[in-house]
Amino acid sequence: MNVFHAALVAIEKAVKIPLFGCRMCGQCILHETGLVCPMNCPKNLRNGPCGGVLVDGHCEVRPQMRCVWVRAYEGSLRLPLWKDHIEHLQPPVDWRLQGTSSWANLASGRDRQVPAGWAADAGAAADGSEAPSETGGRA
Amino acid sequence: MSPKAAPRSRLEWILRSGRFAVTAEMQPTNGADPEEVRRFAGGLRGKVDAANCTDNPAAHPHLSALAAGAFVAQAGVEPIVQLACRDRNRLALQADLLGAAALGARNVLLLTGDDVSAGDHPEARPIFDIDSMHLLRIARVLRDEGKYLSGRALTARPSFFIGAVENPFAPPHDFRPARLAKKVEAGAEFVQTQLCFNLPRMGEFMKRSRDLGLLERVFVLVSVYVARSARAMRYLRDVVPGIDVPDDVLARLEKAPPGHQAEEGFRLALETVGALREMPGVSGVHLISIKGQDSILRLIEDAGLLPRPQAAGFESALSAWPDAG
Repeated sequence: MNVFHAALVAIEKAVKIPLFGCRMCGQCILHETGLVCPMNCPKNLRNGPCGGVLVDGHCEVRPQMRCVWVRAYEGSLRLPLWKDHIEHLQPPVDWRLQGTSSWANLASGRDRQVPAGWAADAGAAADGSEAPSETGGRA
Repeated sequence: MSPKAAPRSRLEWILRSGRFAVTAEMQPTNGADPEEVRRFAGGLRGKVDAANCTDNPAAHPHLSALAAGAFVAQAGVEPIVQLACRDRNRLALQADLLGAAALGARNVLLLTGDDVSAGDHPEARPIFDIDSMHLLRIARVLRDEGKYLSGRALTARPSFFIGAVENPFAPPHDFRPARLAKKVEAGAEFVQTQLCFNLPRMGEFMKRSRDLGLLERVFVLVSVYVARSARAMRYLRDVVPGIDVPDDVLARLEKAPPGHQAEEGFRLALETVGALREMPGVSGVHLISIKGQDSILRLIEDAGLLPRPQAAGFESALSAWPDAG
């Protein structure tokens, strides 16, 4: 890590840790998660809340903490530009980027590199026509 | 991929043909005896369309879901093999997806999983390398594109019907239909919900999912629990995260005298199944009880869900097993 990158990491930490509780994952998606850092979720969820959110909106693992994704959803509703971005399917975390500067990775495009098998066209988008023949059927 | 692809499992065939599906949760076992698993599965044979083999439920270790799935298939019941992201990284999950398919799993159910703090090994290191959305997409890429997440090619593709879970009853409620949409985008073809005690909330979730166009793309099976006592219901409400037991539901069980609470719990489950059969968009029910499956079998019988439709062709998948009867 060169001096420039080390300085960048220091600045990013100084700004984003107090503001967002940033965990320095190096692949920042804050604007897609209502400006709430998803890496504070004990399950490292990048795509929304788990099914264990308590009735009062708190975390099942750390009940004293409000669920990161409840806060993220509320935050996303307040964003002028990126309101719908919380609905984007986020790729798996690249754990090699932990501790690096997300600003440098954004500039280089490194934070958008995904594994070759992470196909954008897989999943339901490919088979919208493969629909249930009928819903709510009876035995 | 052909839009008219043949169903990969009996469960998929039943859902695609518009019939109301019935699945049940297998009792997890705590030993190395396959007979224990086959005995539970044998009791469900012909009564359910598929049975879920859970993956260390509530973060307690049990006989593995992969092994259970193979024994369930041997007993003549179609397994739904569950895989959770808590205990394995992306390498192990892909290995187990292939292994499950090779062992005869025609359905998989992919989830994030409870945290280790919920179980009897709270000191364990939780993995959570990827989340359930990622696992759904990976399963879809293995199956439909014949490659690992890395892009490396498979020699033979797995063939399974891909399921997910959703909890319409946990906050943030307004986001839950959007989260289902994400799961569908990731690759889910059916979902099983968290236990349903709140029918109005369930109905609202279905309505919003329909408005998002999701019900043309995914089948929703709603979980119904047969409660044995008011105490058990209070435990679910107060101790198990993510379960919504409305006050009037709990009060109904509490009002029944102690000797009659099990019967009241059964009646509640029966009425819930009836209501779900009438709820627009609901494609089936997933039945759960603890301590024995007799109440599930009685529920299937009393709800008029028998006989289960028999699909020609899927028995052959099971008869590949020498022990299949």
